[in-house]
Amino acid sequence: MVVRTIVELLDADIIHGVDLDTREIRSCCGSDMMSDVLAYVKDQPVLLTGLCNPQVIRTAEMMDIMCIAFVRGKRPDEKMIELAKDRDICLLATKHTMFTSCGILFQNGLIGGA
Amino acid sequence: MDDAIQLKYTVSPEDFTRAGEASGDLKKVLKQIGVSPEAIRRVSIAMYEGEINMVIHANGGEITVYVTPSQVKMILQDSGPGIPDVEKAMQAGWSTASANIRSLGFGAGMGLPNMKKYTDDLQIETVLGVGTTVTMIVNF
Ligand SMILES: Nc1ncnc2c1ncn2[C@@H]1O[C@H](COP(=O)(O)OP(=O)(O)OP(=O)(O)O)[C@@H](O)[C@H]1O
Ligand SMILES: [Mg+2]
Repeated sequence: MVVRTIVELLDADIIHGVDLDTREIRSCCGSDMMSDVLAYVKDQPVLLTGLCNPQVIRTAEMMDIMCIAFVRGKRPDEKMIELAKDRDICLLATKHTMFTSCGILFQNGLIGGA
Repeated sequence: MDDAIQLKYTVSPEDFTRAGEASGDLKKVLKQIGVSPEAIRRVSIAMYEGEINMVIHANGGEITVYVTPSQVKMILQDSGPGIPDVEKAMQAGWSTASANIRSLGFGAGMGLPNMKKYTDDLQIETVLGVGTTVTMIVNF
């Protein structure tokens, strides 16, 4: 699927849109621990997280994660949005919880992969 | 290392929001000079883990990076408390991180094992009460 499909499935707000219709996404990871993202994520272009601080953007930068979806209503602040814009990282926000978000995406064909 | 590019970074203590600036800059430089994405990823992850450690466990410090056409050498130097038992610290899951650090998304005890995994060489010199120097090499 493409990022736009994730936006629709999660009923997400687009905070900063990048490559919404172009890049094919097959897998995704969900974690509030950046330590685990750094240690276990292999090739997942999308990160679901309930953690909301600048290190989420930096972790995505290091891991070549192209899209971050904040769950359970978390909203990145201006500083985080600036960091993401600078790095061409797409930011989404959904009201769904981590469990529900993962469930919806898994049910629609995304895999874990780590 | 005559033909090496040398980069120097100061890692500011306590400023958690800025941790990762050095790693981000290094990543940009490596991209500009055309290092393979796979090698860049290995360097970035190792350097970022090390940089975060300097901020959360030591009091910041200095990072010096040497880039040659065939390798990156990263020297991360801090004047923090030192590591009492390096063997233990290298074990996956071993961490002294506080609850506060965990609430920031770190402190799973995965950083040092991850640095070892993604580098070709990892050396840790540490003296209690004096500081720690972590030297990592990634060959292209
Ligand atoms: N530069 C350092 N100075 C002092 N102690 C350190 C330093 N780096 C690591 N340590 C010690 O080694 C332990 C293990 O480090 P490691 O990076 O593996 O895990 P962590 O930083 O606790 O968690 P994570 O890296 O998963 O976020 C740390 O908890 C800390 O006690
Ligand atoms: Mg660490």
